[in-house]
This record gives sequence, C-alpha cells and structure tokens, in this order.
Amino acid sequence: MLNFVDTVVDAVAGIKDGSTVMIGGFGNAGQPFELIDALLECGAKELTVVNNNAGQGDQGLALLIKEGRVKKMICSFPRQSDSWHFDAKYKAGEIELELVPQGNLAERIRAAGAGIGGFFTPTGYGTMLAEGKETRIIDGRGQVFETPIHADVALIKALRADGKGNLVYRKTARNFGPIMAAAAKHTIVQVAEIVPTGGLDPENVVTPGIYVNSIVKVAGSGNTAEKAA
Amino acid sequence: MSLTETSIQTSDAPMGRDDLARLVARDIAPGSFVNLGIGQPTLVSNYLTEEQNVTLHTENGMLGMGPAAEDDEIDGDLINAGKIPVTELPGASYFHHADSFAIMRGGHLDICVLGAFQVSATGDLANWHTGAPGAIPAVGGAMDLATGAKDVFVMMTLLTRDGASKIVESCTYPLTGVGCVTRVYTDKAVFLTGPDGVTVRETFGTTLEELQELVPVPLKAAPAAGRRDPGAP
Repeated sequence: MLNFVDTVVDAVAGIKDGSTVMIGGFGNAGQPFELIDALLECGAKELTVVNNNAGQGDQGLALLIKEGRVKKMICSFPRQSDSWHFDAKYKAGEIELELVPQGNLAERIRAAGAGIGGFFTPTGYGTMLAEGKETRIIDGRGQVFETPIHADVALIKALRADGKGNLVYRKTARNFGPIMAAAAKHTIVQVAEIVPTGGLDPENVVTPGIYVNSIVKVAGSGNTAEKAA
Repeated sequence: MSLTETSIQTSDAPMGRDDLARLVARDIAPGSFVNLGIGQPTLVSNYLTEEQNVTLHTENGMLGMGPAAEDDEIDGDLINAGKIPVTELPGASYFHHADSFAIMRGGHLDICVLGAFQVSATGDLANWHTGAPGAIPAVGGAMDLATGAKDVFVMMTLLTRDGASKIVESCTYPLTGVGCVTRVYTDKAVFLTGPDGVTVRETFGTTLEELQELVPVPLKAAPAAGRRDPGAP
C-alpha cells in the first residue's frame, strides 16, 4: 500500500525501538538527511542501521549516532576524517560494528530483496572478515558464504516519484537506494518532486513502485533539488 | 635465481609519483575498463590519453567518470569513491551499488590500481587495515576490487619510512585478498607477482643486485626488452 505523506515526521512515525533501518547514501550523496532528522525527532532507539558509512560531520546519520540511538552499525567504511561521533562511540564501547566489504554489503542487501537465502563469493576469502564463515572451493576459487541483510525500514532519497511510487534518481546519488527499497519491509522515500502518474517514462523507471510504501516531498532536498531545477 | 642474466630495462633515477603514474597509464591497453583506487592511483587518470579510450569506473555507481569537478561543475550528487566531486564524460552511465559491484565481482573490469601496505611474493595484498589495537577498521570496496578485477596493479613506495621492504615473503598486516596482485609499480622497480614468485620488469636508479639486497624474496629478471625513458611524454 502506497501512501503520500505530508511531512517527514509523519513518514517515520511508525519506526519502533529496536528496528533495523537501512539508510541510503554513499557519503552525503543520496543521504536522506530530512528523513534522518525526523527519525532523530521521533525518538526511536536501539536501532541497527545499515549504511555504507557511519556518518560524516555533524549531520544526518552522524547525529543519530551521537544521540545514542544506534546500537549497531552494519557498514563497509566507518572511519573517515569527519566520522568523530562514530569514532567516539566505538572507542567508548557504546556501539557495535559489523564491518562488511562494500560489495558484500550491496549483494547481501540485494539478496534480501530478491528472496535469496545466501550466496558464495570470493570477496573476503582468506581474510579476517571471513573468519568463522562457511567456505567452499568453487571453480577452483575459495569462496565465502554470505547471508542476506533484511530490514524493517528503508529511508532513501530519490529525485522524482510518480503517483504509482515509481522512482528515478540523480547521478551517483542513486547508489544503495534501489536495492534498499527492495530489501526492507517498509520503504520510505523523500523526493524533490512528485509528478502525476504517467509523468515518468516507463523505460526509465529505476525503482518500480511495488517496492515503495511512503513518499514525502522535501522542498530544497539538498543537491538534488538545487541541481535538478 | 639468476641475477647475472640482467636483461631487464633500466633507467637512471628513482621514479617520482607522477612519473610512476605516467608509466602505469602507458601500460593500460586501449579500450580498457579501469578502476583507480583512492590516493596515488588517482594520479594515473592525469596521464591517460584520448586515443587510449579508457573508461573509468567508480564503485559508487558510474562508468565514464571524468576529471575532478571545479567551481560551477561541483555537484554533490556526482562524486567518486573518495567522495570527491567529479564530472561525467559523454557516454557515461549510472547504476545502483549492487550492479556496480557486479561489474567488479563479475570479472568485467580489466584493471584496478590500488595502494598497498604490503604485497607478498605470490601476490597476496594487504591494504585495508594495520591491525593496530584500537584502530577502527574500514574496508570499503578494496576486497571486491582485489578479487574481482582481471589485473590488480599496486602503486607504492618500495620501502617503508623505516626502510623495510613492502614486498614480503608473507604479509604481516591483515589480508585484503589472496594471490590477487599481478604487478607492483614502485619508485625503484616494477615487479610482476604471481604463483611463480617475483619477476623484475624494470629498475629505476638501481641494479637488480642492489634491489635484491632490499627485498627479502628471490627476484628473477624479466626477458630482454628495450630501455625505457621514464621522462617521455
């Protein structure tokens, strides 16, 4: 069931304590800042967050971590020059980290959305990130068994939605959006623009509306709105 | 080991970072699809020529990446894997993260160029984590690139600040990938690595004998070829 909601706070109101939340974005590109701010405001805690990074600077995911709402991060690249809120929580032992090679992160998310129970991949074979995991030699190569990552909720950002919830993105802000939309039970999307049904070329739809549950228009939604105008 | 059969190419001086980047660029076959890692490997893009028709991939979802963006070109939605604003070239394409990593993991990339802490004699790579107590680990796409690209080139200085060889018998830092590196470009020499050990393709301001003093694994000389001028455009 697709809903168009008026505010970002309404959009995230149903997120419960202890949820697994996928958050789109690679660095700041595609990060749904307004939805994350609303999640902070709505007070949900004990969250497991899936994102490529663990927040930058003093905005978005970094603030959610600073405020102690995140009990566990599943990500590939937490440590950056401006990841000070994650760094502090990690060093204080106040946040759990599951470090996943970026391709495994993407494929595990994709697998969840595609109903795949797991897959073997050469990535990580023979490294400390494969310790304790099942391995096989397939076609002469060592491979590691990886399981899907499911989520209760996905928060993503797209450029434009139509009345059926079909989405198009903008440049490298697309990144994790399409696979997270498919992997979560409930997908919430912030867009810069909503067009009438039929307003998107069906050949160019990237995420079909079947994966989308809630859409909220965010005026001036970061780079997307400025540059697409 | 046959140190007397030194038929490899030589030049008089050690390679600077830019000269080395130029050398790597010249070794990339026309029409290749290439991923350049963050840091020193990024310099390679400065020396790729239009005639080479090389397509650059960035793992955050793009083929046909252009040079770094400047001034009005800067667009927060268009960044590279190092999160630096970049530009798009005619013929560029965008795709989501699982497709982008399928390009890497599915063996579709011809070459990736990475930095390294250590490379072993058989091409094991260590480039993501020092393993130091208290260090926050971050891996990104390094393991996918190392295992997925058809050829994995490493660019690094041969020696650490303390003078230890970064080409080692076996890596002491945590591994990124096993037996994945095919070539190592350093300031003192270009090495070919693989199941049969390490071959020196060319040296810069040093002899094979002097190199062998520095590197704790047996070095073989590559078959004869012409002398290379590292300063050539």
